[in-house]
Amino acid sequence: MDFELLSNPFYQRALAAAGFIGFANGFFSGFVVLRRNALSVSALSHTMLPGIALGIFLTGALSQWNAFLGALFAALLVGLGSVAVARGNRVEQGTALAVLYTAAFAAGIALLPKLDTRQELEHWLFGDIIAVGNTDLWIAFAIGTFTLLITNLLMRPILLTLFEPNVAAAQGVPVRMIQYLVFALLVLALVSSLQAVGCVLSVGLLVTPAATVSLLTDRTSALFWGGGLIGGVGSILAVLLSGKLGITPGPAIVIVLGLMFIAAYLFSPKYGLLAPKSR
Amino acid sequence: MSEIHHDCCAHHSQHHELVIQNLSVSYRRVLALDQVSLATSCGHRVALIGPNGAGKSTLLKAIAGLVPREAGTIRWRGTAVKKWSREFAYLPQREEVDWSFPITVRGLVEMGRYPQTGWWRKFSRADAEAVDRAIDSLALNDLQNRQIRELSGGQQQRAFLARALAQEAHVLLLDEPFTGLDRNASHLLGDLLAKLALEGRLVIASHHDLNTVPHLFDETLVLATKPLGFGPVEEILTPELIARTFHEPIAH
Repeated sequence: MDFELLSNPFYQRALAAAGFIGFANGFFSGFVVLRRNALSVSALSHTMLPGIALGIFLTGALSQWNAFLGALFAALLVGLGSVAVARGNRVEQGTALAVLYTAAFAAGIALLPKLDTRQELEHWLFGDIIAVGNTDLWIAFAIGTFTLLITNLLMRPILLTLFEPNVAAAQGVPVRMIQYLVFALLVLALVSSLQAVGCVLSVGLLVTPAATVSLLTDRTSALFWGGGLIGGVGSILAVLLSGKLGITPGPAIVIVLGLMFIAAYLFSPKYGLLAPKSR
Repeated sequence: MSEIHHDCCAHHSQHHELVIQNLSVSYRRVLALDQVSLATSCGHRVALIGPNGAGKSTLLKAIAGLVPREAGTIRWRGTAVKKWSREFAYLPQREEVDWSFPITVRGLVEMGRYPQTGWWRKFSRADAEAVDRAIDSLALNDLQNRQIRELSGGQQQRAFLARALAQEAHVLLLDEPFTGLDRNASHLLGDLLAKLALEGRLVIASHHDLNTVPHLFDETLVLATKPLGFGPVEEILTPELIARTFHEPIAH
């Protein structure tokens, strides 16, 4: 182990951030996997780019806050917009989302040359966890804690809603409210992972951990806590490795999580490709 | 298994009545149900029949409080049901359910206790006992630790019925429960519904196979957006009414 690197405050913050963000996003990935909407998460993550670009364009500066707010605004606009369009019953929500997010992403790309902060913008696209400041750490910690608290308090109605919304509604679960809440938390989780892996790769953190767990167990609760564990440990491991191997930490996190998924896919005792066929 | 512990009509002299009056529902200004009325009570098995798009599923959803009512009233045991009632349970069509959801049969049945436990109250012994009874009465004991995707069609139907029983529901609203079941499973489910009705529950199900209606149900509502007839199966299912319902285009 490289002790000199570990005593570096930047590196310490990066490891702490990777742990927090990885755990919170990994935990939340359980809902994404249960809701089978990984594709719409991918759409929302791409939407954050034009949001950030717009934030910079309007305020003329790149700061944590306008990037966060821009990303949040764009993701909410496109996400809720697709729900509203789908209400018209003519266009399916997935279709509406694809149309809106590609249009928004294109607008973001068109806006990029007009900004003089392009260099730094790359950090938002692919993340720059080494540059994480104390404020970022607090934001990540606050969002993570909030998400964990709310989802654990409301686990029962959330699971009932995700499984079968009609049966849940007939039992008196406020299904509409829960669906909006899960969506809002999803956007928050995406925004919180911006610093670590950037908007393009944030899907990896929000899908892969629970997808890996789902190959290993049938227990629903394991999807969340196991997802959090894999997300947190995998992210810390990736940051350590990235220092050693000299690769960028953001991509390293998503690569490590992807490798864990492939390992589970191959070697899972119950569902693995190489598992004994007779049970 | 045959022990009657349900506190509905079995012990009471008066019948628990479900009275629906002039119920209308529209989707985007297209009328889906037009002034539907019916009055029935515990112990009955009611078939909703009618051509595709006649509003069978909509009626079930309206009773369960899943679609907004435009007009009309639903009264259960003498009191108006505003939106939903804990005593009603809705069972969706099988293809609407995500069977790959990682949950065991017991976990599914435990979901039935939500109206009693609310958002976060811990599972009590009474809750566990209600779940045990429901699993017992639908003969799911040997399957309770199975993942729901590992069940056959008939077993899946039974698991959702057990969830309704764990909820202590009196009115069971089933959307096409017999669709996709083989002969044997249909038979079993038919017997089960008869048993549930005998114990004092009210079973209301949409159904598309006219031939099996007299065997599986004792009352029927013929529907084509408007109600065309309601009453005992043998009185309602006349050749004339069947011809009128299924061979004419639905008038708007």
